Amino acid sequence: MSDRPRHLFVERQTYRRRRLQDAARVLPVLGIVLILVPLLWAEGAGGVAMSSAVIYLFAVWAALVGAAMGLSIFLRDDREDLPEERRGEAE
Amino acid sequence: MNTVNLLIAVCTVYVALLFLVAFVAERSALRGRGRWLRSPMVYTLSLSIYCTAWTFYGAVGYAARSGLEYITIYLGPTIVMIGWWWVLRKLVRVGRAQRVTSIADLISARFGKSNLLAVGVTILAVVGTTPYIALQLQSVTLSFASFADAVGQPGRGDGARVSTALWVAMGLALFTVLFGTRNLDANERHHGVVMAIAVEAVVKLVALLAVGVFVVWGLSGGVSETLARIDASQIGHWQMDGGRWAALTLLSGAACLCLPRMFQVMVVENADEAHLRTASWAFPGYLLLMSLFVVPIAVMGLERLPAGANPDLFVLTLPLAEGQTALAIFSFLGGFSSATSMVIVAALALATMVSNHIVMPLWLRWTGGRASVSGDVRHVVLLSRRISIAGVVALGYVYYRITGGGAALASIGLVSFAGVAQVLPVMIGGLYWRGATRLGALAGLSVGFGLWGYSLFLPSLGGGIMPQAILDQGLFGIGWLRPQALFGIEGIDPLVHATLWSLLLNALSFLIVSLASFPTPLERLQGAQFVNVLNQAGPARSWSAGAAQTEDLMVMAQRILGAREAQAFFEQEAARQSGRPVRPGELPEPSPDFLQRLERELSGSVGAATAHAMVAQIVGGASVSVHELLAVADETAQMIEYSDRLEAQSKELAATAAKLREANDKLTRLSVQKDAFLSQISHELRTPMTSIRAFSEILRDSADVSPEEQSRYCSIIHDESIRLTRLLDDLLDLSVLENGQVNLNIRQGDLRAALDKAVSAAAAEGDAGLRVLRDEGAEAIALETDFDRLGQVFINLIANARKYCDAAVPELRIAAQSLSDGRVRVDFIDNGTGIPPEARDLIFEKFARASPQMAGGAGLGLSICRQIMERLGGAVDYLPSERHAHFRVTLPAVAAAARPGVRRS
Repeated sequence: MSDRPRHLFVERQTYRRRRLQDAARVLPVLGIVLILVPLLWAEGAGGVAMSSAVIYLFAVWAALVGAAMGLSIFLRDDREDLPEERRGEAE
Repeated sequence: MNTVNLLIAVCTVYVALLFLVAFVAERSALRGRGRWLRSPMVYTLSLSIYCTAWTFYGAVGYAARSGLEYITIYLGPTIVMIGWWWVLRKLVRVGRAQRVTSIADLISARFGKSNLLAVGVTILAVVGTTPYIALQLQSVTLSFASFADAVGQPGRGDGARVSTALWVAMGLALFTVLFGTRNLDANERHHGVVMAIAVEAVVKLVALLAVGVFVVWGLSGGVSETLARIDASQIGHWQMDGGRWAALTLLSGAACLCLPRMFQVMVVENADEAHLRTASWAFPGYLLLMSLFVVPIAVMGLERLPAGANPDLFVLTLPLAEGQTALAIFSFLGGFSSATSMVIVAALALATMVSNHIVMPLWLRWTGGRASVSGDVRHVVLLSRRISIAGVVALGYVYYRITGGGAALASIGLVSFAGVAQVLPVMIGGLYWRGATRLGALAGLSVGFGLWGYSLFLPSLGGGIMPQAILDQGLFGIGWLRPQALFGIEGIDPLVHATLWSLLLNALSFLIVSLASFPTPLERLQGAQFVNVLNQAGPARSWSAGAAQTEDLMVMAQRILGAREAQAFFEQEAARQSGRPVRPGELPEPSPDFLQRLERELSGSVGAATAHAMVAQIVGGASVSVHELLAVADETAQMIEYSDRLEAQSKELAATAAKLREANDKLTRLSVQKDAFLSQISHELRTPMTSIRAFSEILRDSADVSPEEQSRYCSIIHDESIRLTRLLDDLLDLSVLENGQVNLNIRQGDLRAALDKAVSAAAAEGDAGLRVLRDEGAEAIALETDFDRLGQVFINLIANARKYCDAAVPELRIAAQSLSDGRVRVDFIDNGTGIPPEARDLIFEKFARASPQMAGGAGLGLSICRQIMERLGGAVDYLPSERHAHFRVTLPAVAAAARPGVRRS
């Protein structure tokens, strides 16, 4: 294993795929943050109207679905050319 | 035909259709034409069993009571699905690599195939799921009853309800038994079931969307009007308990991973990992559509229906109240689909667990070691699976009868979620942390399960199962043990409270006990397999090929896999081993490799722990014990050592041979040298002897020798004798030096004194034609060496200079210098022309003379000098680069004691 030459940088295509994987990892975190946003809203009669809350939540939801769809299309070629443990050696 | 009968007829046709779909799917899968059965969309739709009747009816009720809180139940799974790269990808890979049959099997396999853990998870799953199954039965009967009420044909009270529930339960059990246990597929996949679930998923989605569209565009008059109605309703303002919002999102996300039925469709029934990628967005999309019209339906129900109407049934009663009977029937079918698909998959998943982890181990124990000779195991497995399915559904039915279906639908769902979520810490820990141990998992699950039962499940049952006294005063009257205010912290929502404490303490005890305990070798092996599953797809662990009899294995495998499948598998293995096609009936060798594949194949049917135990019964060893592993390791180490030794020996032999060859060469050379030396010495001896003989003969034979002549001849004879003596002395000296038998007389002294002595001794020996130039200041160097021998060298060098220096006015410059490395250098440079290049190599050889015509000695001087300097740890060299004759003597300031017998050359 250590006999293989280690490269500091990877090909452009691999690099893109790595960044897409990063995006796939970040997406749920973003989703959690967006979903927790309503907790900051003012409540009760003077607060945010239910229709706005419904629109906000469903818009976030739809955006997440759309983003996940885009990522899943780009991540179609999810061959891992390097084992997970060796990742980080080359970026 | 009245409406209720129409409903029953439609339902019957629908159920028949589902049976047909399942049957066709099974058939085409059997004929290998089932590619379309395994599309990513079918996989995604099968995931929709997450949406049960609780979603279909309950979400609207939930929204009518608590506003948007219902949405958290679908946001949690959305996060989990779009975060598939984190957890699901690994979970599915592990599930496929290890042929996992259920979530209990996963936990058990991860922690060293511990059946105790599997039993624990199974019990947890059964306890958590039974109320849920009851809930589905309740929803079907409730919706049926309210349908009948609404169309003015009320049923016959409780009796009708009970019979509806019973019929539904029986029908579901039948369906599950038929399509869930048709065969013991090695991959534990059920094409018929999955296909029926997918169809039901479409039905419930379209039904809910249809009701939603009817409400928004039919009743409300458009999107903007609907939004206005929402704002005007009693849930028109954003109102949220932050703790519940976060806790419910977490719980639903956890449930999406841990619910036995979700695990069944997501991991066990997964046919291709790539499907997960599609499901990662398609399933959240499905959930979004399912939730889209919930709020409008709730708002419209609150607005239009009488105040006492059950909001859990708005989806059904709203179309009914508006006179849309067809839509209502469709809606009823949607609810029916939601309920039935959940019960089918849940019963299948639970039955697999119960059968693999409770019934089969017990049966194996009861029948003792007779698994290979008695009874048809395949038949037993299928039977136990079927009985378990019936048992699980019956348990749900009994639960429904006992509780009578009073509680609001949503609360049971959440209690159930919190229960199965207790598996989450152990599961995630097992997937990502190699240090997680079996004991830690046991501790975490026990604590979590216990706390959940104590603080949430038992209080939620009501009906005096948990006495009011304990709720108010705590267990044994201890205040901080109050189930809904543990550790004296009050005022938290009971669900959030129970979730928080149970998951927190669960994870904590899992962590601490894991850190403190030490895993068994099998656990460590499995741990590495699980955690590193994305890096390699190595084997789980190896069987040592012991006394395993292939025939016995064949007999056993036939009972579990079925005769034809087992034969095909064994033939394929035999072909793999021999590397060629084999005759039918040929059996493979029981190699570890084969045993492992066989165990995997079996574990697809009966679970990892049971398969391991069954193979173990036949192979002999209970499992690959540490001792066996150590023995294998020892053997390997011994072999490596042995081959190392062989290699070393052969190297040694080669070295010895080389040395021998070298020694032989040397001996040959020495022999040649000796001959040369002898002939040289004979020659050297012969010359003076000849002249001595000649002159002594003259003296003897000639009478007329004058006294002067006599005297001259005598002095010649004398001189020649002296020369002969000196030659013999030198030879003796050289021989002593070369043999290393010389005794050095090491003293302390001064270089200047030694040079003084040498110069004067050399001057005394002959004429004083040579001028010696010295720098006496530089010569003040303290030495510890043999001064007699060193003096001998100096005298020789000075004498040589005098003898051979061909300058008109011969001069010898002596320069001494103390070097930094503790050595001393003395240069002897005369002003003659030096030694001709061709003679330089020879001057240190014996009997070599620079110029024969000036022969004064035997030619042994420099040879002796070199030997002496070597004895003293130094050297004498001729420096060829100089124009003049330049000899350099280097020696250590402190001579090491002479080492006899060790020669430098």
